[in-house]
Amino acid sequence: MKYAFFPGCSLESTAWDYDKSTRAVCKALGIEITDVPDWVCCGSSPAHASNASLSLALPALNLHKAQTAGYSEVLTACASCYARLRTANHAIRKDPTERERAQRIIEKPYAGAVNVRHILDILFNDYGVAEIEKRITTPLKGLRVASYYGCLLSRPKEVVAFDDAEHPVCMDKLVKVAGAEPVDWPFKTECCGASLSISKTSVVNRLGYKLLSMAHRAGVECIVVACSLCQLNLDFRQADAKKDQADIPEIPVVYITQLLGLALGIPPKDLGLDALMVSAASILDRRAATAGQAGRRA
Amino acid sequence: MNDTLEWTDNALLREVERRSGASVSACFQCHKCSSGCPIAPDMDLLSSQIMRLIHLGEKETVLESEAIWACASCEACTARCPMGIDIAAVMDTLRMMAVERKAALGDRRTSSFNKAFLSSVRWHGRVFELGMMTLYKLISRDLFSDVDKVPRMLAKHKLTFLPHFSRSTKEVRLVFNRAEEEEKKR
Repeated sequence: MKYAFFPGCSLESTAWDYDKSTRAVCKALGIEITDVPDWVCCGSSPAHASNASLSLALPALNLHKAQTAGYSEVLTACASCYARLRTANHAIRKDPTERERAQRIIEKPYAGAVNVRHILDILFNDYGVAEIEKRITTPLKGLRVASYYGCLLSRPKEVVAFDDAEHPVCMDKLVKVAGAEPVDWPFKTECCGASLSISKTSVVNRLGYKLLSMAHRAGVECIVVACSLCQLNLDFRQADAKKDQADIPEIPVVYITQLLGLALGIPPKDLGLDALMVSAASILDRRAATAGQAGRRA
Repeated sequence: MNDTLEWTDNALLREVERRSGASVSACFQCHKCSSGCPIAPDMDLLSSQIMRLIHLGEKETVLESEAIWACASCEACTARCPMGIDIAAVMDTLRMMAVERKAALGDRRTSSFNKAFLSSVRWHGRVFELGMMTLYKLISRDLFSDVDKVPRMLAKHKLTFLPHFSRSTKEVRLVFNRAEEEEKKR
């Protein structure tokens, strides 16, 4: 399995742990990833809210780079990059006017040949839970986990389309294969406020508290995410979101690649767990306990 | 908003439909978009009200609203609209029109953030967080928010002092210039 990897800007900074854990999990599973040469920002929310041509052209430029490097599939971990690359690609494939516009701007003949895939899609649909299961060495037994998909992996369904838009399950199944217990909860695809994090922090904190308190009511010990903005808003802003609200305990918010990596026996430092604002010590204790039991059995 | 609104002309409706590709005229006010909108409590106008105001040609009310900047682009409205209207795309179009017309923006912080973010991409090819945040603070005059969090971000290596340059920066600047020319044609 070979993919061109599009890390995106947040994986170079605020979400470096997502980058590290994605690379570690791919390596452990034998999924070969190579960075798109000289990739540039996908434009993210600011481009599509400011200049439609730019939000079409920046993804097209990157996908053309991947195509030139000989790849037919581009893998992203960031949900925002995924949505932007995929939305632009969809328009380029479907609408000749948009295709011509993109080609005029990037001055390259890109016509939508590259497929854009998300790490969840690759792990679940290409690699498959059965194959992952064979490689699990330290299952996270009994850990109750809420899978939080957010917006960008779920909508619009015509564009993203690798799971159900209102009730996705692929991440829950990956949680289960890691030995943990996926908990059903109603806010799987609710919004965290995403890029309003900086300009409208109070909105993000209100939504963050709503999500955290619902996860707590569902009885979870941690939330697992596959988006760098969801992680930032729920982890980095957790203390502020809970301020002035009814008290709930600290809930670690980890990337699916970090959770899966732990179950695959990858050392925590290789998964960037030290980058979390809310410590994941409780998850590590759980792993130590199962590893201990396994040791005693042996 | 207490005055009775009268239909003026359909110039606004036509422009929004053309630029967003969304059939705003198909809206029959079921309010499903507003019911599922996570940001509704923070909006001065609900998304369904925006749709109706576009029908009525109420350009200033729409373009000067807080709501178009409060929208988080989560696309729950688009996913659930029974008429298949891409409401999130309408919000994008309204933001662009508001900036182009230099409308009295309901909230400058989000447009300032967008401007700072895209300047960073234009300059480095990728986002350089520390530089982008400094520029955002200068243009939005929102100087002090989150400053207390910088030490922890640095301790966790989530911010870097130097930008990550892509080797495609020249190409990116040309793409920005041509994209801006393309937008003028719309």
